[in-house]
Amino acid sequence: MYSKEFLTHIYTQLYTIRTFEMQCIHLYRQGMIRGYFHPYTGEEAIAVGVCAGLGDNDYITSTHRGHGHCIARGADLNRMTAELLGKKTGYCKGLGGSMHIADFSSGNLGANGIVGGGIPIGIGAALGISLRGEQGVAVVFTSDGATNNGIFGESLNLAAIWNLPVLIVVENNHYAVSTPIEQSTRVPDIYKRGPAYGIDSFSVDGNDVLKVYEHAQDAIARCRSGRGPVLMEAKTFRFGGHHVNDPGHYMPKDRMAYYKSKDPVLVGRRYLMEKGGATEDEIQLLETSITRKMDDAILFAEESPELTHEELMNIVERY
Amino acid sequence: MTDTVSQNNTMLSRTITYRDAINEALKEEMRRDPSVFLLGEDIGERGGSYKVTAGLLQEFGPKRVIDTPIAEASFTGIGMGAAISGMRPVVEVPFVDFTMLVMDQLVNQVAKYHFITGGTRKVPLVLRTQGGVGSGLACQHSQSLEAFFYHIPGLKIAVPSTPYDAKGLLKTAIRCDDPVIFLEHKLLYTAEGAVPEQEYLIGFGKGGIKRPGKDVTVIAWLNMIPRVLSAAEKCAREGIDIEVIDPRTLVPLDKALILDSVRKTRHVIIVQEAIRRGGVASDIASIIQEEAFDCLDAPVRIVAAANSPIPFNEALEHTIIPQEDDITEAVYQIIHKS
Ligand SMILES: Cc1ncc(C[n+]2csc(CCOP(=O)(O)OP(=O)(O)O)c2C)c(N)n1
Repeated sequence: MYSKEFLTHIYTQLYTIRTFEMQCIHLYRQGMIRGYFHPYTGEEAIAVGVCAGLGDNDYITSTHRGHGHCIARGADLNRMTAELLGKKTGYCKGLGGSMHIADFSSGNLGANGIVGGGIPIGIGAALGISLRGEQGVAVVFTSDGATNNGIFGESLNLAAIWNLPVLIVVENNHYAVSTPIEQSTRVPDIYKRGPAYGIDSFSVDGNDVLKVYEHAQDAIARCRSGRGPVLMEAKTFRFGGHHVNDPGHYMPKDRMAYYKSKDPVLVGRRYLMEKGGATEDEIQLLETSITRKMDDAILFAEESPELTHEELMNIVERY
Repeated sequence: MTDTVSQNNTMLSRTITYRDAINEALKEEMRRDPSVFLLGEDIGERGGSYKVTAGLLQEFGPKRVIDTPIAEASFTGIGMGAAISGMRPVVEVPFVDFTMLVMDQLVNQVAKYHFITGGTRKVPLVLRTQGGVGSGLACQHSQSLEAFFYHIPGLKIAVPSTPYDAKGLLKTAIRCDDPVIFLEHKLLYTAEGAVPEQEYLIGFGKGGIKRPGKDVTVIAWLNMIPRVLSAAEKCAREGIDIEVIDPRTLVPLDKALILDSVRKTRHVIIVQEAIRRGGVASDIASIIQEEAFDCLDAPVRIVAAANSPIPFNEALEHTIIPQEDDITEAVYQIIHKS
């Protein structure tokens, strides 16, 4: 049984991530956002479902597709948007941009431009928790492509032998850029790799926010009780190409249509109505307020100053 | 090997992009030699991040254009294994930043094998990668890391700044029996330039004079070349005649070309996009001081990036790396100080 309040929270996050991504894609196309922009559209339920089970003292590490994780951990839209516009008020003062947002205040140790780069870092956060004897957990968000790099195997082994409180979430969207998963592994069920390291592993429908939440909750409880790392594979699909400039023609239309019919934001909306008893009007009100917040965030970002060269030099002077 | 066609040759007949020049070099070498094959991420159907390998899968098939999973260290090592057993792999790592994952294979294996085997076995492997600042890709996709490779005996390094150089150097790289780091620049892919229809090679260790001049020698490579050339035009309007030298390969380095130019102009500026500390420019400067000190009318100047990772913010990105004004400023200073 879920409370209306909880389901509202979940839907708020799903809708916020979607809104943030759509608005930022628009800003990107207008030339207001530079660099690489990898949207999380279609995958929102994973970040939201997992992070709903985390507390203030828990950590996450994120991927190059990291806005969703950031928002699901409670990041401020103003500061995120400012970062994407390269402004001083952004989370990284405009030095990091889309691929490098970190928000220490919400335990988000950072997105990463290096695929797989965040895996050992999150496990390291779990090691810290373990050495300090705390109850916290770390969540490593990673992706199917990243699991082919050696660092995945090495890191899993260390997490296992040290029995660390870490949940490794593999967001399996079936593609690494244009390479379909069938072409990069003979075992497309990535969760099957966990047992080889002695790690409990399972797969879940990554488009269903409540299923993700329930499974993640169990896994997180396991981690907190000292029973070691868990690997969760969440199967999902991108709602477009690899980044904004990739039309994604290689993605079969029927599969795209299938996953769009399981749009995680719409699934969350349905849950809020059916299980939470919310009315269409209530939901629309919620959506309007989120849209407004995002408009405010864009305004805030646009009006924010940029870091000066001198300020930058003060940061790097110790290098 | 030497230039078989010079850049000013009248047989030049068309203008193509840097991207297409690299693509042609790959295509021609693959047609010529069946042991040449490509290994890298999304290089097949998608043609790579910058579309450099577009069309090659269609012509040569999946046994010669092999899409790899994200496993850079392994596929580079696998490339080496293939190389020492009869193949000529061209391994692509889409960003130079990711070659850091490959460093053990490259430094401890690829670069050492010839030596380990007493000079009897060669490693005919080309590692194509791309680096440098451009379009807000932030600190993990914008580095200029040539000094990392430069420091390792056993690796050759090509740094083409024009379509002509890119094609001629890559063909040489593929035919070379030693491992070559072939470093491209992300902002150069759409640069256009004259490239002959007929086949030519550019030998390694043979720099190019991108602009002849008599007052100041400016040495640069990759994307600093166009910037230096436009700075040189500006200086020319003020009566200062700049000679622009592009070494084209950092290893081997065309010392003779550099020293000849230094003896002529007596003033040297080295411009690199990489940060100054531990850079290739410092080494070139030290070579000049050692071998041509008597000819210098002023100390060698280096114009390089600030000692900082590359910021995402556009204005800051510009302030970090050498711009045209930084180059002209250095020219005025070196002229006035002497
Ligand atoms: C070490 C490394 N290799 C290659 C890249 C280039 N690259 C960026 S994203 C990506 C695909 C990643 O696929 P996956 O891990 O499945 O994540 P997804 O994009 O599907 O979320 C690649 C190859 C990189 N950033 N880092």
